[in-house]
Amino acid sequence: MNIVVLIKQVPNTTEVKLDPKTGNLIREGLESIINPDDRHALETAMGLRETLGGRVTVLSMGPPQAIDALSEALGMGADRAVLLSDRAFAGADTWATSFTLGKAIEKIADFDLILCGRQAIDGDTAQIGPQVAEFLDLPQVTYVSRVEEAADDRITVRRRLEDGYERIACRLPALLTVIGEINRPRYPDVGRLIAACREKAPIQIWNAADIGVQTREVGLSGSLTHVIKTFAPKFQRQGERLEGDTETVVRELIARLKKSDGATACKAFDSACSL
Amino acid sequence: MTIWIEIDLCDGCRRCLRVCPYDALEIQDGKARVLDRCTSCGACLEVCRNDAISSDAEEREIPDFSDHRDVWVFAEQRDGRLNPVSLELLGKARELAADLGEKVAAVLLGHGVAGIAETLIDHGADTVYLAEDPTLERFRTTAYARVMADLIRDRKPGILLLGASHIGRDLAPRLARRVGAGLTADCTDLSIDPDERILLQTRPAFGGNVMATIANRYSRPQMATVRPGVMEMNPMPGHGGEVVRESVSLREEDIRTRVLEVVREKKERQDITRAKVIVAGGRGVGGSEGFTLLRELAEVMGGEVAGTRIAAEEGWIPAENQVGQTGKTVRPEIYIACGISGAIQHRAGMMNARYIIAVNTDPRAPIFQVADWSIVGDLHEVVPEMTRQLRREADKTTSEEG
Repeated sequence: MNIVVLIKQVPNTTEVKLDPKTGNLIREGLESIINPDDRHALETAMGLRETLGGRVTVLSMGPPQAIDALSEALGMGADRAVLLSDRAFAGADTWATSFTLGKAIEKIADFDLILCGRQAIDGDTAQIGPQVAEFLDLPQVTYVSRVEEAADDRITVRRRLEDGYERIACRLPALLTVIGEINRPRYPDVGRLIAACREKAPIQIWNAADIGVQTREVGLSGSLTHVIKTFAPKFQRQGERLEGDTETVVRELIARLKKSDGATACKAFDSACSL
Repeated sequence: MTIWIEIDLCDGCRRCLRVCPYDALEIQDGKARVLDRCTSCGACLEVCRNDAISSDAEEREIPDFSDHRDVWVFAEQRDGRLNPVSLELLGKARELAADLGEKVAAVLLGHGVAGIAETLIDHGADTVYLAEDPTLERFRTTAYARVMADLIRDRKPGILLLGASHIGRDLAPRLARRVGAGLTADCTDLSIDPDERILLQTRPAFGGNVMATIANRYSRPQMATVRPGVMEMNPMPGHGGEVVRESVSLREEDIRTRVLEVVREKKERQDITRAKVIVAGGRGVGGSEGFTLLRELAEVMGGEVAGTRIAAEEGWIPAENQVGQTGKTVRPEIYIACGISGAIQHRAGMMNARYIIAVNTDPRAPIFQVADWSIVGDLHEVVPEMTRQLRREADKTTSEEG
């Protein structure tokens, strides 16, 4: 079974800290990582290759430094990698990105299954998987929490719902988006990682011409949604720092809660509480 | 696509610096300069009052969309039960339609679900487009996307809203791609721009601490998803509306997925999106034993326990109690964040709580930026102390009654 895995390099936005002088978030120096959901997708591909054989190609659209994410993916065991990189791709919304990825997958051609993570921790839209699937006219299953059975022409999976799950049979070729609960991704193998950084590593870099797209179809020019304004979120509050030993701070906190409107929500202050 | 500054036109006013979500602009010798970090998102292009910021993107003509009107809401149902988010969206749709001078419609797909139409009308739908067929009984992406796409092409709505539920986040992007529409996910606010009469979609964005307002000028319908619990229902009992039956021409053999089985997992606890008090734990709680302390506090307060992505991944809380951008959005009266650093993804899920209390040993934790009351301390001491003192309050109250 030949598999294409879509991955994205993202800043590790979960490790942000406050600058003690300005009180603002420090956005520089954030580590770049493979998007967490995408590692689970890679691991799923490795598992399927172990049972069914075939080739795993990993594909990413990003700036030149995204090659590090692809090297890591090769380190985890992918057979080859393709980086889609071109100034023309910059500023793309999911419409333009799914078009670009779709054209690249058409060029890769030989695949039975496409795997993606459910969503990226920087964009958080969860739109790429379904939009690529529609572009390529493939059936899709999202929120996949387990692969039950896989064969050359069909796959049976579990799809997580809010209150349980569904078991779904899907004809191949198809696209699946996976969630974290599906597996524990392996660490990259050191030997493979080193090989991935060498000149002969199986990494290709494609630009707009390589996938036969025009600049107006991709990037900001090819997008259907545009940012027209950004502003600081209004959710900064005038916080009060409570000082003292544990008993004191808790007493102060409860006193403030009792005085506030929120007190009625709290069962402990119910009924006869004098407010 | 490249963005650059026309130095002669720049007066160093710094407006562009302020709106850049990536810190990709700086001032050098009194003029703005674009750094390598720039992602060409275009947020700065609109804000420069001297037209000093240029890009090589082609000028695009805005098409004439005067034949697209009305605000539609996808009415999500499973097994004949309506997802409340659809009613919340109808509430918002009425506001948007009022600003536009247009109407509201709900789109209901399924089999044997006609009874739901009345509820939709009672919450604001002027029309319910009803498409029923055995192939639509259970949600399947391609079946629903095809029927919706045909409806959209026939009736040309101006705006389409869907709940950002598991179904919504599966269907919306597929449908958007199919009909060639721009889609914005997880909007926290929606409004109509009075000049352009287009939908302004606001959401937290770019993994940084900014909110972005997004517009869709070049396609229709303008599509957006919104999380459950963000908008408010607006019941309108006695509101009149009509049901329009749409024909469906799907063949089972054309749909390449089949639902073999649906397994409901027993929910021991209340849905956290409806809880009035939430006690949440993050990495600092350290393990399931720590969460016992949080549960005791939640019990005394009559609330629910929730947590961050780490807590869910480690199995300290069930996945459906995760709050945040990859979890749920909650709007309780009281939110107590214990051992939570306050990463932007978590804050996005709880920032609209009425009162936020944060307990963390790290004085630099970002959570303190959004807390009404902050305690720099160890939750393993603070939380049990809260439980103790609150139990005394509760006992005092009952003994006063007695």
